[in-house]
Amino acid sequence: MHDMSAHAAAHHAPPSGFIRKYVFSVDHKVIGIQYTTLSLVAAFIGMALSWVMRIHLGWPAASIPFLGTLSPNGAPGGVPTPEYYLSLMTMHGTIMAFFVLTAAPMAGYGNFMLPIQVGAADMAFPRLNMASFWVTFVGFVLACATFIIPDGPPISGWTAYAPLSAVGQVAGPGQGRGQDLWVLSIALFCVASLLGALNFIVTTIDLRTKGMTLSRLPLSTWAWFINAWVSLLAFAVLLPTGLLLLLDRVGGTSFFIPGGLVVNDKLLPHSGGSPLLFQHLFWFFGHPEVYIIILPAFGIVAHLMPTFTRKPLVGGWKVITFAMIAIGSLSFLVWGHHMFVSGMSPSMAMVFSVPTLIITIPSVIGVLVFAFSLYGANIRFTTPMLFCLGFISLFISGGIGGFFLAQPAVDSYLHATSFVVGHFHFTMGLSAIFATFAGFYYWFPKMWGRMMNETLGKVHFWLSFVLVYCVFMTMHLMGLTGAVRRYSSYVADFMVPQIPTNRFMTVAALLLGATQFIFLYNAIWSRFKGPKAADNPWGATTLEWDTTSPPPFDNFGGRQMTIHHGPMEYDADAFVMQTSPEKSIAGT
Amino acid sequence: MSESELTMSTGHEVLMEASPYRIEKKKLGMWIFIVSDACTFATFLFGYGYMRVGSQNWGTPFDFPTILNGIIMTFVLLSSSLTMLAAVRATQAGQKPSANKWLGLTITLGTVFAILHLREWFKMFGEGWGLFSNPTGGAVQFGACFFSVTGLHLAHVISGVIALLIITRGYNRGRYDTSHVETAGLYWHFVDLVWMFVFPMMYLMNAR
Repeated sequence: MHDMSAHAAAHHAPPSGFIRKYVFSVDHKVIGIQYTTLSLVAAFIGMALSWVMRIHLGWPAASIPFLGTLSPNGAPGGVPTPEYYLSLMTMHGTIMAFFVLTAAPMAGYGNFMLPIQVGAADMAFPRLNMASFWVTFVGFVLACATFIIPDGPPISGWTAYAPLSAVGQVAGPGQGRGQDLWVLSIALFCVASLLGALNFIVTTIDLRTKGMTLSRLPLSTWAWFINAWVSLLAFAVLLPTGLLLLLDRVGGTSFFIPGGLVVNDKLLPHSGGSPLLFQHLFWFFGHPEVYIIILPAFGIVAHLMPTFTRKPLVGGWKVITFAMIAIGSLSFLVWGHHMFVSGMSPSMAMVFSVPTLIITIPSVIGVLVFAFSLYGANIRFTTPMLFCLGFISLFISGGIGGFFLAQPAVDSYLHATSFVVGHFHFTMGLSAIFATFAGFYYWFPKMWGRMMNETLGKVHFWLSFVLVYCVFMTMHLMGLTGAVRRYSSYVADFMVPQIPTNRFMTVAALLLGATQFIFLYNAIWSRFKGPKAADNPWGATTLEWDTTSPPPFDNFGGRQMTIHHGPMEYDADAFVMQTSPEKSIAGT
Repeated sequence: MSESELTMSTGHEVLMEASPYRIEKKKLGMWIFIVSDACTFATFLFGYGYMRVGSQNWGTPFDFPTILNGIIMTFVLLSSSLTMLAAVRATQAGQKPSANKWLGLTITLGTVFAILHLREWFKMFGEGWGLFSNPTGGAVQFGACFFSVTGLHLAHVISGVIALLIITRGYNRGRYDTSHVETAGLYWHFVDLVWMFVFPMMYLMNAR
């Protein structure tokens, strides 16, 4: 043993070259920051796409600056064609769902925090970890490259429903090379996510430090661990689905293309395939995917709430953890609820409707745990805490829409309206984004060693919170009046009276976008000019606050951490670190 | 460079105590990979089942020589699982020559399997089979399903053979130890297990 530590100590120095240190680094902290930065860039690109869509919906004839230059065919004179609108929508969904919501809270914060929170010095497989980031990066570059190829991005949505996504160029602009690039990009993202999930699981099982039993794991680590399992099973299905789609596109097979299909007046040579098969395979991934997005959000909020309410969560670690396990497991049984009107047997609709209603139970339990934990708490209204409260509010508001959509009879009316768009933006989009912001403000001092500005953070929160409701609550109402999603404009039908409503949403969305620049300014300014952060600025108990800000290369400066308590040892005016041998004050 | 050497060189290993479940991380990683890879195979096989059930003219084109070839392939692959087991035992006992013999035999059997498989593929190509052609006039999905499912499996066998070659070499040079051979063995048995699904579903169910 002694020999081994001597041997290891000889290699102890962190890499010194710029490339090894900041670019192709195997350090989980650098990789976590790389993921977070990639997601931040992706989020602003995705948001810019939504502005273009919103402007076009509000003022269909308006010319949008720079758009005519970016795509002379897709937006002649800066006015997007209906097809180009679909391209923008596809890439908005793809970039946001995969490269922001899946990447940031899991791969970004998880990579940085999980090894520290379990008391390890790095992930179990550091080199695989580096590979998963760079594969994600290439996937992101391919996704962005669809904008500069002549065809433009695909028009088939982030779900890439076949046969539209499978038949190729004949289906419209972007369905040729654009869709090929899209499939490759997503396949790479799958590979990266699988490698990441494998790393998260092995790290959590194998590398926990002394005393870190499962009941003492921080709840964010629990969430990342459960989520890694869900990712592992879900992305392992999306990857072969992408391969089959690629075979249909370039190999001439007919997995997803039915016989006798006529597209744009051209009879296709395929026969015997099934578009429903694609939907089954896609949603078998796709529904767990929305929980892959929301589970880390649950974990972040569960991790932050005890710190800022200065008391353990209601039900201790068990209730919230079992709720997350139940959500993760049930998420694999509900995929058919996306297909109520796809031509699936109505009896199958019942089979999927029941688990869909059942999965609301652990989701409601989770949110109620958060809400009830506020009772009798000494709440510290810091920016991260405000975003946690925002998460609770948005998740409940969006979740209520889920009760309507889960029922096949009601869904037949609401399917493919903007009610659905409002619903998923609340639940998996903005809830997750708010939790991601909460995590960003909370962990920023640890990641960069400086504090963010609280005043700007609070302004950012309140403006975002109000504007988010203006945009997406209104979107629910639009859906009830019959606004069909994916339509690029409503200029000549029964939706004309809703144009003022659309304009209201557009203005709110643009203001919401502008608000995010307050956040960006705050982040960049604080990174360089913010006040130096203490080791434990929030008075929290978990291991990441038991080391310097930012942590040294090996996380704890050679110390072997020993855990004595669970993560929620809070009292009105005291707290006990997980490593402290002091007596427990909250009995966790 | 092995993963364990890599963590060693980052200086991180020293902080970690023995794993609570006593599963070495490399081996645990392989188990997790197997879970995920099983889902990938399941997706292909589900797609195949869906196509087959939904088809009105699926047909059962395989005659006895094809099935016999499949049985021989099955025999070869299953035998290679046994030899792999013997190789793991030998490395655990520290018997290098014996381990080399069994590893070599496993690699040979894997290669024979791949050759038999490819020979059959090319025979089928010669008869007019392809990803989207069916010379018997039945569903074109037959070729698509057959070649994609067996192709995925064959890719696994070939990668396994390459991995075993690398590990045998590293083992002889003292770079890899028993745990590497054992982890490779896990993968190899998994590939065999998958074949026990592929063979009945792709061959026996399609026998004339």
